[in-house]
Amino acid sequence: MLTHIARRFLQAIPTLWLIATLTFLLLYLAPGGPFDEEKPVAPEIKEQIEAHYGLNLPLHQQYFRFMGNLLHGELGPSYKYAGWNVDEIIRQSFPVSLELGGFALLIALVIGIPIGVFAALRHGRLSESFLMSFAMIGICLPAFVLGPLLLLVFSSALSWFNPLGWSVASDRVLPALTLGLFYAAYIARLSRSGMLDVIQQDYIRTARAKGLTESRIVNIHALRTALYPVVAYLGPAIAGLISGSFVVETIFFIPGLGQFFVNSAFNRDYTLVMGTVLFYAVLILLFNLLVDLLQMWMNPRTRND
Amino acid sequence: MTKQRRESAAADARSLGQDAWERLCANRMAQLGGVLFIVITLLCLIGPILSSQTSAETNLAYGAQPPSADHWFGTDDLGRDIFVRTLTGGRISIGVGFAATFVALIIGLPYGALAGYFAGRTDTIMMRFVDALYALPFTIIVVLLTTFLGRSVWLIFLAIGAVEWLTMARIVRGQTRALRKLAYIDAAKVNGVSHLKILRRHILPNCLGPIIVYTTLTIPAVILLESVLSFLGLGVQPPMSSWGVLINEGAKKIDIYPWQLIFPALFFSLTLFALNFIGDGLRDALDPKGTK
Repeated sequence: MLTHIARRFLQAIPTLWLIATLTFLLLYLAPGGPFDEEKPVAPEIKEQIEAHYGLNLPLHQQYFRFMGNLLHGELGPSYKYAGWNVDEIIRQSFPVSLELGGFALLIALVIGIPIGVFAALRHGRLSESFLMSFAMIGICLPAFVLGPLLLLVFSSALSWFNPLGWSVASDRVLPALTLGLFYAAYIARLSRSGMLDVIQQDYIRTARAKGLTESRIVNIHALRTALYPVVAYLGPAIAGLISGSFVVETIFFIPGLGQFFVNSAFNRDYTLVMGTVLFYAVLILLFNLLVDLLQMWMNPRTRND
Repeated sequence: MTKQRRESAAADARSLGQDAWERLCANRMAQLGGVLFIVITLLCLIGPILSSQTSAETNLAYGAQPPSADHWFGTDDLGRDIFVRTLTGGRISIGVGFAATFVALIIGLPYGALAGYFAGRTDTIMMRFVDALYALPFTIIVVLLTTFLGRSVWLIFLAIGAVEWLTMARIVRGQTRALRKLAYIDAAKVNGVSHLKILRRHILPNCLGPIIVYTTLTIPAVILLESVLSFLGLGVQPPMSSWGVLINEGAKKIDIYPWQLIFPALFFSLTLFALNFIGDGLRDALDPKGTK
């Protein structure tokens, strides 16, 4: 087990290096730079700024400088948010996204799994079609339609919630719903097909033959295996949820991390792009590892790989 | 007599395709999806031609009007007919959906097939590259790619295809790996069939099922992605519009002119709904395991 974890950490190093290099090249090749303003400053000033950040050096020198800083754990100062270091920006906005993503994940699991399992147990009946159509609506309603609709109903018409902001506890509800319902729908589909696969296995028939109650069969015998696909999906899903969503943050004016993924790329804020990309990559690798470990714990057969 | 025998033989030996087709036809939701998608596509293609309005026709004095007999879906602030705009926007959205999926297929299929077929170190290197691209946040890739490629429709689907091919490559690779060790592939090799021909004649036809299913499911994913790009302001540029653009415009004015959001969003969601149900139906039809 420990060697497995150690091996995965070692494997993460070349992957992260590749990601950093790809990002660096993509940024270098993309037209425009961080200091191209709409009202151009005097060329001498721009030259000085670029020299200050080492942007006038040849490609390979820039690259080694960049990588050297990364190896020292320095993400460097943001080019656009003057006076801010990239790690400060991430440290300040990540807790917001983590909280929002956590609530959304909770919604996704609490709604998604029961719907999927229940639909599978009602396979071939009308209630299954109804539940799965409902889940499909969740997948087909993107956040930028769902968010404004929720606002229209619960904020404008019923005035239950504030339309925007992130100050009081009730501000979490609408954004978390907007973000979480898509994942709930997807998890419902995964747990339905997982449950359908399991329910026809021989050992379930054995459990039935033993005369176990239906609830015991489902909860104790079937559910664990049925949720493998959901657990596998959780790795990338959690990383995506807690790293923030640009769309949801824009609709509800939430000071999360997601906005920086988009704005940094628009602004060519090289260090901030690199910081957010690597942060996201580490999250993905970390949660994929955690999910693998969880799967090994759930299913002993995968332990020998 | 001969005719009779031939008929009974045909009934016994039904091809996988016929089998799958029958299962697909028995699936109500997939049928509904198919009909819905055809109706929407035809409406988008023909509707704007038949209508007396044109999408670019502005009428400032007219302003934003709620739905009426003249303008079924109402008009936007510039007095443009939402019904016509929704249908012409649909042409772009559906078109981008198909085109970008095609790009994803063109890149992902050979890439995955080569990685899976040659296995070993080739496979490790090729798939590690895919893994690394996977771990890049897609918004950053797409934002940077669109700045590279500009903002024309043609380049938008290139950018989306450049993101979507990753999953396609993984699926094809998995299928190819499962097939490459089978005896009939060895037999082909012994007979001196070239690698390229083995891939084309013996491997790819056998991965067709999952490829078809995934391709069908990629189209709605791409339409969704295009609308996210529109949300970021990177989508189709005026005077052209897509569902994403219309939804995005409508969402800003939902308090005052809700019809500007509701009608495009309805068409958009119904299309995704239909395509996803077709994809699900195809999956159940082509992979009978787990359906009954």
